[in-house]
Amino acid sequence: MQKILIKGGHVIDLGNGRDTKADLLVEGNRIAAIGDQLTVEGAEVVDAEGCTVSPGFVDLHVHLREPGFEYKEDIFTGTRAAARGGFTSIVCMPNTEPVIDDETGVRFVRDKAGQHGAVRVYPAGAVTKGQKGEEIAEIGLMHEAGAKMFSDDGLPVVSARVMSTALTYSKMFGVPISTHEEDPTLAGDGAVNFGRISTLMGLPGMPEEAETVMIARDLELCRRVGGHLHIGHVSTARSVALIAGAKEDGVNVTCEVTPHHLTLTEDLVRESDYDTNTKMKPPLRTESDRRALVTALREGIIDAVATDHAPHSFDDKDREYIFADNGIVGLETAFALLHDRLVLPGDLPLHRLIEALTAAPARILGVDAGTLREGALADIAILRTDQEWAVNPGDFASKGRNTPLVGWSLTGKVETVLVDGKIVMRGGELL
Amino acid sequence: MAELKSKDVLGLEHMSADEIQLILDTADSMREIIDRPIKQVPTLRGRNVLSLFYESSTRTKISFDLACRYLSAGAVSVAKSGSSLDKGESLRDTVRNVEVMGPELVIMRHPSGGAPHYLAQNVTSSVINAGDGYHEHPTQGLLDMMSVRRRTGTLEGLKVTIVGDLFHSRVARSDIWGFQKMGSEVVVSAPSTLIPPDIEEMGCRVEPRVEDALKDADVVCVLRLQLERQKQSFFPSVREYHALYGINARRLGLARPGALLMHPGPMNRGVEITTDIADGPQSIILDQVPNGVAVRMALLYLLLGGGE
Repeated sequence: MQKILIKGGHVIDLGNGRDTKADLLVEGNRIAAIGDQLTVEGAEVVDAEGCTVSPGFVDLHVHLREPGFEYKEDIFTGTRAAARGGFTSIVCMPNTEPVIDDETGVRFVRDKAGQHGAVRVYPAGAVTKGQKGEEIAEIGLMHEAGAKMFSDDGLPVVSARVMSTALTYSKMFGVPISTHEEDPTLAGDGAVNFGRISTLMGLPGMPEEAETVMIARDLELCRRVGGHLHIGHVSTARSVALIAGAKEDGVNVTCEVTPHHLTLTEDLVRESDYDTNTKMKPPLRTESDRRALVTALREGIIDAVATDHAPHSFDDKDREYIFADNGIVGLETAFALLHDRLVLPGDLPLHRLIEALTAAPARILGVDAGTLREGALADIAILRTDQEWAVNPGDFASKGRNTPLVGWSLTGKVETVLVDGKIVMRGGELL
Repeated sequence: MAELKSKDVLGLEHMSADEIQLILDTADSMREIIDRPIKQVPTLRGRNVLSLFYESSTRTKISFDLACRYLSAGAVSVAKSGSSLDKGESLRDTVRNVEVMGPELVIMRHPSGGAPHYLAQNVTSSVINAGDGYHEHPTQGLLDMMSVRRRTGTLEGLKVTIVGDLFHSRVARSDIWGFQKMGSEVVVSAPSTLIPPDIEEMGCRVEPRVEDALKDADVVCVLRLQLERQKQSFFPSVREYHALYGINARRLGLARPGALLMHPGPMNRGVEITTDIADGPQSIILDQVPNGVAVRMALLYLLLGGGE
């Protein structure tokens, strides 16, 4: 059996009470041992001196775009981008063409990922047929086919009755319903946050209440009918306050936040002079929203970090601001951005960032990931927290180059990644 | 010699008072040309100007065309309807085509805020924003300032009141930036649904009641009400808008005696403004039109370096 010994790294895996220097032995696809000064005959040694050894990251929110939009991204390139970012398990969203709303779609993605994927892929199935928001999709059959989460992401479930039914029905399978909270009558054709920036730049705005009224609605539905409500990409201070209140009352709700909402604000739209890589849904909000999100992540009110990796072609972004597609790529910059902007200044402890990227999302998804306990699957990310690098989209494995971080200098880099006991990236280079 | 700092005129927000002063002074001399029986001078002979109108426009387009003609610049206009602008050509391709055709100056009107900025970042030609979304309409702001200054001699210390659909108005935004830079105080008033959030950050004061806003105003600028906004439920009816915010003789009487009345046109008579005052002695609306040509001539002259 193949053996890999990761030597001399600082292992952070709080779920198993570990935040110390230790060696880690991988045998086959499992973690065989963790301990001091391990020496193993015939093991391939990975020198992790000066590095942080973390469970592989788990991303609850990725757009792989396949089938249908392979010109933006596909399963091969998207999973390689994930590996470059330290992500070893990802959930891909079903807003493809056709929509992944039946077991055939789920199997297609799983099979393709099994053949060509660099990391584990868990397809999210659509909540409603065709993501039309009218009839619930075959959640049971998709679950049997391997869907671990359900979402109409990209679109809200507008009908409260349909959302209530979906939550009720999903209880049978114990799967989370992940939401894109946006009241379309309030969001309208908004391109940026409604407020100071929309006024100054003369762009249509999406108000924060487009998000919060839908969150309030879904929290009340979940409180009443049960199920597991997972709120995608929260972006406002009020969203966090509503979720905190519901959690206190015992509502079965979890939520995620993106790296960009944690680090960027609407001011970037202005500073960048209408760079369409500042356009996404939900929009970048205010500094006070951003601070509230960071605090909530630190305190665990926000459970997980998820990238909402949204690759687009150059042409889809290279347009007038109001016509450009929404979203930015995130897989390959997530750790560095959050480490540089939140951990280094002292706003977020490294172990909490790692938990929000590993154990927390794995728990939400209900999969065996995000842990370094002995016997667990050997999905591992080795990080250099002292290495500075400049973001160059030309180096991305993703087809999407749509990031507002071009040229940003960030400290913190993913060095080596193991998936299922195999090294998929070494020294920052994909194998 | 004083000059403009940028190759482009995209908005008044980032323009200095000195630059505005220079444009207004230049526009005053251009106005003399317009007032001559023979209006054409050879200043920009051999220079070429392209206009791209992604939104319909009559007044602004004619005004730019005349400005080119009076200065002897060659002018080509493309309107959206029936052109490649209407055939799904990307702005990138339009820009690339513009670049190789080589006009020295491009005028652009577009429904998206920031579209002229995109153009300006990607061509070496000068770009004049002729209105982008509801962001800015700098030539309108400049002609409004010019029209007032020609009557009052200065903009310093004036109280300028802007009434109407501030939410969707690029004219209002350019006026707010411009007049304040020149030392005026700007007060705005509109139904609460038509006041954009945090507009105070632009430095102006919001008076929800139009009567309060008009008190002691030296200049009253009435904005055009786009009637389709009623269908979007920004106000319940034209009748109610007129009753609450329409400018009539009684309301104009709250301003200083002899206060100047402006409107960027086209007017909805009997809605945002009544006919008696629109055509009355305080109105400088018909002055705004030739001043608009003069301001555009001034910009063409300054950007194309006509003096050299």
